[in-house]
Amino acid sequence: MATDFINLEKTAYQIRKEILKMTNSANSGHPGGSMSCIDILTCLYCEVLKHDPKNPDWEERDFFILSKGHASPALYGILAYQGYFPKEELLTFRKLGSKLQGHPEKIMLKGVEITTGSLGQGLSVANGIALGLKLKKSEGRVYCLMGDGELQEGQVWEALLSSGHRKLNNLCIILDRNKLQIDGCVEEIKSEEPIEEKLRAFNYNVLRIDGHNYSQILQAFSVFKQTKDKPTFIIADTIKGKGVSFMENNVDFHGKAPNNDELERGLKELDEHIEKIGKERN
Amino acid sequence: MEKLGTRDFYGKTLLELGKENQKIVALDADLSASTKTCLFAKSFPERFFDCGVAEADMIGTAAGLSVCGFIPFVSTFAVFGTGRCYDQIRQSVCISKSNVKIVVTHSGITVGEDGATHQMIEDIALMTSLPNMRVIVPADAYQTSAVIRFIAKEEGPFYVRLSREKFPVVYDEKATFKLPLAEVLREGKDVAIFATGLMVHQALSSADILSKSGIEAEVVNVASIKPLDKETILKSAKKCKIALTVEEHSVINGLGSQISSLLSEEFPIPVKILGIEDRFGISGKPDELLKFFGLDPETIAEKVKDFIEKRKG
Repeated sequence: MATDFINLEKTAYQIRKEILKMTNSANSGHPGGSMSCIDILTCLYCEVLKHDPKNPDWEERDFFILSKGHASPALYGILAYQGYFPKEELLTFRKLGSKLQGHPEKIMLKGVEITTGSLGQGLSVANGIALGLKLKKSEGRVYCLMGDGELQEGQVWEALLSSGHRKLNNLCIILDRNKLQIDGCVEEIKSEEPIEEKLRAFNYNVLRIDGHNYSQILQAFSVFKQTKDKPTFIIADTIKGKGVSFMENNVDFHGKAPNNDELERGLKELDEHIEKIGKERN
Repeated sequence: MEKLGTRDFYGKTLLELGKENQKIVALDADLSASTKTCLFAKSFPERFFDCGVAEADMIGTAAGLSVCGFIPFVSTFAVFGTGRCYDQIRQSVCISKSNVKIVVTHSGITVGEDGATHQMIEDIALMTSLPNMRVIVPADAYQTSAVIRFIAKEEGPFYVRLSREKFPVVYDEKATFKLPLAEVLREGKDVAIFATGLMVHQALSSADILSKSGIEAEVVNVASIKPLDKETILKSAKKCKIALTVEEHSVINGLGSQISSLLSEEFPIPVKILGIEDRFGISGKPDELLKFFGLDPETIAEKVKDFIEKRKG
């Protein structure tokens, strides 16, 4: 069956609207890094992951770990759109009594495999799941999304060494390479280049894609599934704040919510984009 | 009295559990020969993961294995298994309520010659302050076996603190464990001594010394520091009306602080905390160090006497 790229894009842009609304309503949260990774998350949950929103603990499921837990609005958005919980609950984000904590919490929300927020920890957990799946002789796979600022955490390199050493071919890491971190440009604060060479040396199958191109994203996951002898590391070049002109590549929106005026303008832009989806290509 | 190693009994018990339950897995950070997880590793290589010298990664990996339904036992020295990976224990284990069992060896000053860098005396403070974490310090090798069997069955995070040194046993192979657990090992009426781990034996010896001068000390093994067995502790406190605590740990935020908090709220009596004063350890032989830090039976007995005298005066 041919992939419905139009539907993927529509879903991702609808969730971008949710990200703006959630962070605006909470008057906090991290919209920039949520919008940079939402195309990847949408592809994963709609086309790649083996999962069942009605049975989140399904034994045979694939696992997704959002190591950059501050992108919780993106995760909550896709989980709601997949039916893990009602979309109406999205606006409870970060509010007292909500399942949608500032950063994703395993014990608060079904579908969250482990609590994340303090950076650098997700990959070790993903490694543990990958080892566990192999021990159980399960066909399941593990996907772990990291931020590029996050690569500066030492534990990430411990974990990279582990999965490379153990040849965890059921593990796929996606790097949301939006090139910005809170204090500025990743390249200026602490350069991680050359990332590709480093990861090849760590025994990874390294792929580089445009993280907003649905066809490239899905193609990379398909290459991962066929890789037999090593873990896969997808470097997804992305744009922080992608989808709203004044938020794109604007580090101010790393950890700042759009105000009411920005929300209105942002939603308008996103609506205009959604209106055009599918039409230009035809 | 028979001297046995808590870590040796941990290794043996983990091996037995491995035979009984396929879900038990073990992780170590390049110290399996010392922590005795090597016994498990030899019999079940496919269920043993040596994470190399990378404790933070090890804790996360254990959390991941628990996500898949396994029951991970994570071991290294106390210093590396707590301070080195506190944030990982906090987030990937405790906030997540992961079913991870952290069993450390080489706690306290009796690590000996390695000195301050390896003598962990702040771990009870770190681990008790984490919500969802249960903290257990077995009093001897036999109680260690009972504790390890108990935590394998009980869902959720545990921290178990073991020693490098072999030391005299106070239980036998019939030792059992439940949570919470404090046990009166010697009855007395003049002073309650609450001790934990290796210090339980030291406290019992000091009670023998005190008895010769007419002071009958009640000695209580506080095996679970969190949660506390409030009932047993309060009973002894009410009976003796004066208390001391003894631990191979900093006097700040260890057993003494937990007991003091409880008593100040429920039954305020004078409490003296014995342990390592606010300083780091030092190289030496374990016995020399216990004496140096005033945790040998003779010094404990003297301090008990002094404290009782002072209260009378």
